[in-house]
Amino acid sequence: MNNATVIVVTSGKGGVGKTTSTAAIASALAKQGYKVCAVDFDVGLRNLDLIMGAERRVVFDLVNVVRGEASIKQALVRDKKLENLYLLPASQTRDKDALTDEGVASVINELKMYFDWIVCDSPAGIERGATLAMRYADEAIIVSNPEVSSVRDCDRIIGLLDAKTVLAEQGERMPKHLLITRYDVERARLGDMLAVEDVVDILSVPLIGVIPESRDVLKASNVGLPVTLSDETSPASRAYTEATQRLLGEDIPITIPTEKKGLFGKFFKGRAA
Amino acid sequence: MNIMSFFGKRGDTASVAKNRLQILLAHERSGNSTEDARLISSLREDILAVVAKHISIDPNAVRLEMDRSGDITTLGIDIELPDGATRKSA
Repeated sequence: MNNATVIVVTSGKGGVGKTTSTAAIASALAKQGYKVCAVDFDVGLRNLDLIMGAERRVVFDLVNVVRGEASIKQALVRDKKLENLYLLPASQTRDKDALTDEGVASVINELKMYFDWIVCDSPAGIERGATLAMRYADEAIIVSNPEVSSVRDCDRIIGLLDAKTVLAEQGERMPKHLLITRYDVERARLGDMLAVEDVVDILSVPLIGVIPESRDVLKASNVGLPVTLSDETSPASRAYTEATQRLLGEDIPITIPTEKKGLFGKFFKGRAA
Repeated sequence: MNIMSFFGKRGDTASVAKNRLQILLAHERSGNSTEDARLISSLREDILAVVAKHISIDPNAVRLEMDRSGDITTLGIDIELPDGATRKSA
């Protein structure tokens, strides 16, 4: 009953792909047969519901549950496609101070009774919402774009994971995984973009996956499907699926799936090499 | 020599980014940022006091800058003297 793992998806900086990654990884875990709950901690600016296509079915939210105004079971929204995937939405009308430490602790403890994986989507920033999202985590996925401000903010978040979480306070080290998103192999090769090795080198966190920049991410969000459910063949979807397999402990080499190259792509590659 | 030719092949902005991040994060991780601020403001006061003993200057004319690049940190002191600065007689 208590073999549940609580994962926080965090980054510090906004817009790097936390919500996209939460939805994609939670769905990929559920596809493997696990009971999964994705929890949106972005109180006031919830979006995980929209990315997962559940926005019209949200009735109660995390703040209602924390305040005892609704039970967890009332607030959970089941996914349309996967019956073992659930969403606990954030509140859209309150602010982040509506969450309390004790309230979040009790929600996470109860979720652990029902689910194998609890994936917490952290808000941007380092305020209460972000610190509570990471507070009860067993592991962290740190999402970074190959870009200076994103990498710097991840470094700050790593410091918080090692200081402000229950695990850290117990003197244990939180296992961390680095997920690099919006990566462009070609730009990195030309020296226009930090390379995977650069980011890993700077942050010193083991890499769990590299998600290539892909048009399919926007297309999936348009229709309210996690990218791992909308188009399994897309490079981003394959990269998220592989990252999820690594999260489950599989030892598979890191690859960066790419779009199939057209004639021009091949020609260009040949010329520039 | 521009920064590009210093850090790598021409146009390789990624290595400039990496270098900048490494220097910045080494500093931020050490938690020295607040100490630096304290050091700069106390140095500034002392320097101002010493200079003011000899020359009348505007307190805002003293600027201190710290520049960290890798292993070396330099302190730049820039004091603007007023036109026709006069020595105070001792």
